[in-house]
Formats: sequence, C-alpha cells, structure tokens
Amino acid sequence: MSCKQSVVGQSGLQFFGKMTASISHELRNVFAVLNENAGLMEDLLLMSEKGTPMDPERLKSLARSMGKQIQRGDGIVDNMNRFAHEVDQPIRPVDLKETIGFWVALSARLADMRGVKIDPVGGEKIIITTNPFFLENLLWCVVDFAMGTVGKEKTVTVTSERGETGIRIRFSGLENLEQTGTDEFPSEKEQVLLESLKADLSFNSDSEEIVITLPEKIHAV
Amino acid sequence: MKIRVLLVDDEEEFVQALAERLSLRDYDATTSLSGEEAVSKLRKYNFDVVILDVRMPGMDGTEVLSEIKKIKPLTEVIMLTGHATVESAIEGMRHGAYDYLMKPCKTEELVSKINKAYEKKAEHEERIRDAKVKEIISSPQAALRKD
Repeated sequence: MSCKQSVVGQSGLQFFGKMTASISHELRNVFAVLNENAGLMEDLLLMSEKGTPMDPERLKSLARSMGKQIQRGDGIVDNMNRFAHEVDQPIRPVDLKETIGFWVALSARLADMRGVKIDPVGGEKIIITTNPFFLENLLWCVVDFAMGTVGKEKTVTVTSERGETGIRIRFSGLENLEQTGTDEFPSEKEQVLLESLKADLSFNSDSEEIVITLPEKIHAV
Repeated sequence: MKIRVLLVDDEEEFVQALAERLSLRDYDATTSLSGEEAVSKLRKYNFDVVILDVRMPGMDGTEVLSEIKKIKPLTEVIMLTGHATVESAIEGMRHGAYDYLMKPCKTEELVSKINKAYEKKAEHEERIRDAKVKEIISSPQAALRKD
C-alpha cells in the first residue's frame, strides 16, 4: 500500500468513525425521548387505573411526539444507510447540491456541539463525476477547520457553483480566517484528499472564505 | 419538603417528559436546555440534585459540573451519558459528580440514584449544622464575632 493510499484510508476510517459515532449518539437521544414518553404514558395509565382522571388530549400529544421521534429516527437510519453505501461505487456521477445537503445533515450535530451552524445555500443543479466519500471527507475536514474561524454569526455558509476553472464549493462567513492563520491547514490528510479528487483549495481573507475547486469529472485510477 | 431536581439536557422533549414523570413521583423538577441556562438557574435557586447530560452544545456537562461545584458545592450531580462519553462521566465523578447513568435510563434506577444523592447531600448539610452547633456551644462569643 502506498503512503498516499494509507493516508486516505486512515483519514476515511477516522471520518467514517466520527460520523457513525455522531449518528449513534443522535439515535440514542431518539430512544431516550421514546423511553420517557412511553414511561410517561404508562404512568398516566396506572394513575387512571387508580382513579385519577386522564385527559385523552395528553395521551394524543404523547402519541404524536412518539410518532415524530420515530420519523426522526427513520431519517437518521436512512442517512446512516446511505453513508454506509457511499463507498460501493467509488467514482460515479453525483448531484453536488444534493450531496452537500446530505453531508450537512450528517455533520449538523457535530457542528451544533461546537455552537456552529452549517448553512447550505441552494444553487443550480450541478452533476459531477467524483468520489463522493472522499468529497464528503474533504468537506468535513474543511468545515472542521472553518468552524474555528467563524465570526459572531457562528455560521459557515456552503455554496456550490460553476466557476471559470471548474466547479467551486465556497465556505464563507469565516471572519477570523486571517487571525487563525493557515500554516497547518491543509495538512497532509487534506492534501492527499485534494489530490485524489483532482481538486484545489484556496483561501480568500478579503471575502473571508475557503474555496475548493473540483473538476467536472475524475476517472478511476 | 420535596427533593428539588434540575434536569439539564438539550433534548427538549426528553427533559419535559422526564420532568413530568419525576413530578408525578413527587419531586420538584425544573428543566434547563443548556449548560449556560442551568448555571444561571443554579445561581438564583437551590437544587438538591442535578441530572446533567455530558454532551451538549455550548457549555458541556463537564464545564457545568465544575461551575456547580464552585457555586453550590453541596448540590449533588448525576451525569447522563452515552457509550461514547462514559469516560467523561467517570472523569466527572473524579471531579465531584455523585454518579452517572447511561441513556436511555430505567426510571427506578434514576429515582434510586436521585434519592441516594439527596441523602448524601442531606447528611453533609446535617454534619455542617452539627459542627456549627458544636462551635457555638464550645465558644459562643467566637461564633457571635463571626456573625
């Protein structure tokens, strides 16, 4: 295994682990809410058996809440399933806007823990042929760094668009980009991902953004 | 007097349902959806036991625990955790948390831990009162001078 493959493999496993750990934490929260709602329903029924009048509206509201949590859990499992299958066909055409939306849904809780919101801005539909798992890994690496540079709004805006030299993904709202410094970013991990995706990364302190430029198509090695 | 419990978790529906269940069991339950809000409530009011989620956006459970031990050192804290954060909960116990519980938790287990935590706090307060009484009896003038 080459050094590059080893770095990509290790980075991919770290990314996969981080995302699945976050997914499991979110699922645990869904179970915790269901557990308390089911317990509360049981408490109310026991009290009713002992003669305390029960408000049917309260039970309806609990049932609605449980239904909502099941839908939430279903969405989390859907994302987890899609994420698990992301590596099935390494290089394939993907809808960039939709892929970014999916990646934001995966990363939202991790960003939330750092008090940051990732805001995907809808642009035109762009289909690129790329490695979606590497791309999502790279997007996470960039946003992980970018979250340390956000301003008062605490928001990283992610925009996809066609540029003169390729397809661009812009991470903006990075008010403290200049002060944070970019000596240690991109590191070897990001460099190898960029190379694998035939992409470039640039900083623009004036517009307070990081830009990734991707080709419309890459080929399997 | 009812045992005063503060529930701290960013999952609103979780804390609301748990607070209602504890109220039905005759606890005085209050909720906070963030560490910052919990610290603010702890500055204003007294609680016997705090049920504290380890992982929260903003101020996390470990930071909140450290603040609680500064503001209200006798208030007992039970950390709520998932598998991934058990180490943080154990670390929390090294820093003064009474115990920890895995989410989702069994109500009987939670209630039992709340009661034990409350007993520990009550015993501690009792010892402090006894010590003060002894001090007054042994040297009433010294006690008066302190006041």
